[in-house]
Amino acid sequence: MSVLIAIELTGEKPSNASLELLALARTLANGNPVVALSLGADVGLTETLIARGADKVVLGARETFTDINSDVWATCATDAARKHGATLVLAPHTPFGADIAPRLAFRLNAACATGCVSIDRQDGALLCTRAAHGGNVREVLRMKARVTVATLRAGVYDALPADTTRKGEGIILTEPPPSRIRVLERKRDAAEGVRLEDAKVIVAGGRGLGGAEGFKVLEPLAHALGGVVGASRVPCDLNWCSHAMQIGLTGKTVTPELYIAVGISGASHHLAGCGNAKTIIAINTDKDAAIFREARFGVTGDFAKVVPALTAAIRALPKDL
Amino acid sequence: MHIAVCIKYIPDPEAAFSQFSIDEQAKKVVPAPGLRHVVSPFDEQAIEAALRVREQHAGARITVITLGNEASRNALKHGLAMGADDGVLLMDPAFDDGDGYTTTLALSAAIRKLATVDLVLTGRQAADGDAGIVGAGIGEELNLPVLTFAKAVVMEGAAASVVRVERVLDDGTEIVEADLPALVTVSNELGAPRAPSLRETMRAARKPMVVWKAADLELDVATLGAAGARTARERIFVPSKAVQCEFIEAATPEEQGARLAARLREAKVL
Ligand SMILES: Cc1cc2nc3c(=O)[nH]c(=O)nc-3n(C[C@H](O)[C@H](O)[C@H](O)COP(=O)(O)OP(=O)(O)OC[C@H]3O[C@@H](n4cnc5c(N)ncnc54)[C@H](O)[C@@H]3O)c2cc1C
Repeated sequence: MSVLIAIELTGEKPSNASLELLALARTLANGNPVVALSLGADVGLTETLIARGADKVVLGARETFTDINSDVWATCATDAARKHGATLVLAPHTPFGADIAPRLAFRLNAACATGCVSIDRQDGALLCTRAAHGGNVREVLRMKARVTVATLRAGVYDALPADTTRKGEGIILTEPPPSRIRVLERKRDAAEGVRLEDAKVIVAGGRGLGGAEGFKVLEPLAHALGGVVGASRVPCDLNWCSHAMQIGLTGKTVTPELYIAVGISGASHHLAGCGNAKTIIAINTDKDAAIFREARFGVTGDFAKVVPALTAAIRALPKDL
Repeated sequence: MHIAVCIKYIPDPEAAFSQFSIDEQAKKVVPAPGLRHVVSPFDEQAIEAALRVREQHAGARITVITLGNEASRNALKHGLAMGADDGVLLMDPAFDDGDGYTTTLALSAAIRKLATVDLVLTGRQAADGDAGIVGAGIGEELNLPVLTFAKAVVMEGAAASVVRVERVLDDGTEIVEADLPALVTVSNELGAPRAPSLRETMRAARKPMVVWKAADLELDVATLGAAGARTARERIFVPSKAVQCEFIEAATPEEQGARLAARLREAKVL
């Protein structure tokens, strides 16, 4: 089957989640073309995407696609899927992908599965495995329409290493389609350092931090580990921190080597976004908190006392193993 | 102005999962008998968004719509008690065991039948299936501009002919607008929904609630329920986890912290 991938950009570059989709597409395409669609991109991206597994790259250049929005994306992706005969359309399960996927599905008369953790082929049919019921269960859906549209959570498949000898075709879109929505303003959080999605170490805080000041206690720990600070939904809803820090079912999917959950109870909705971390450590006053069932190491205690001591001890560790 | 809000009645999504069991034969998640049901939280926030719009534009009519069973009347009652004006229950065995696609068809047909709707609101996703297909799907089915993941919804223009939305993104928000009619899905960043007041709850009992079947919507039953679904559940299971937590014990929390650092180094985590 021919596969179309909606490539999400982070800054100038394709997101890791998008590159992972290219790798998955190569295994599912069975020799048919893998088509990558990127809007508002530098034309140089064509080569990058071919090196990472695309056979064709449809690109709306930054200079012409100056004001891309979700409506423009939905139209361009629908057109590209039709034009290139894609029977599988993939997007990362982020606000970007979760926004366009259902719309593409209706336009393409497709079956739709969101938030997938794997896609397999069985007897000619596609099986999409996804989390449901707040991450507590997995359901395997057999896709019954000719076309399937799916979004995938990050960190399930490994992106292919760049192979600059790969050959492919670049197609440049001449002009953006008309849009029914108008973007008036973008309020982006100042991009400081590493993004949560790319972080190797995350120190995440929850309601147990008791307030915005609690995050001040986590920052030195994250810093000492070269990591970044994230959050459960509660502190975001309470405005203790930016909603962009939310990890979980309706927040970000993260896959760090080390995830330190501080004052987080371990609701399935939260774990849906961090359960794939290599090692989870929990610091919580409640020894029965669900998070300890996911953690390799646990400390029962008040974070305000445990975390500064942990930070100091980490700083004092000899640099090399 | 007429606002339609699509809502779903579901088992309490924050209930411990021990309150649920899995029926492998039926491939369903079954809530324990008596488990509390609620309006899916994002849908409740969609009702809240509609009420806030009405505060801005007195006279707006708010219709709450749900597809479900007899018990789903409670979802409509809750919406009416929050302040909505009337309710529509879509109930027919033909709707059973459908998917996001068939649910979208039925809800869209109901909105079409209401005929006068300017703004459709839904939650960003239902908190049981977590799919997030139906909201945007209704927009497509009715050929409306779609604005997803709203944390604020306001009307603009002299005749309130434009909806302006602050959308939640990965790294911030954006402000977007579209001409009405339009569809908006609401995210939790909108803030807490109001609790029904005693007065509204009393009034709600007298507000109109209609029940529509597939035939009322002029829908072909072959496109509905299990027959029309584009996905079929092959299997459902609880993912296993095999982590054994090693608790770091010490006399004081400070010592626990220090000992954790040493243990992490020892285990080559750091
Ligand atoms: C549809 C839906 C989607 C959701 N999506 C998400 C999502 O994407 N992400 C998300 O995180 N949640 C999400 N939630 C919410 C989720 O269900 C939980 O309510 C939430 O994750 C709980 O956050 P928490 O662990 O910070 O708070 P709580 O559950 O209140 O836990 C606080 C913890 O802090 C501990 N504590 C208290 N004081 C201290 C102290 N001094 N030191 C150490 N520990 C302390 C307590 O023992 C407790 O375990 C969603 C819910 C729904 C219904």
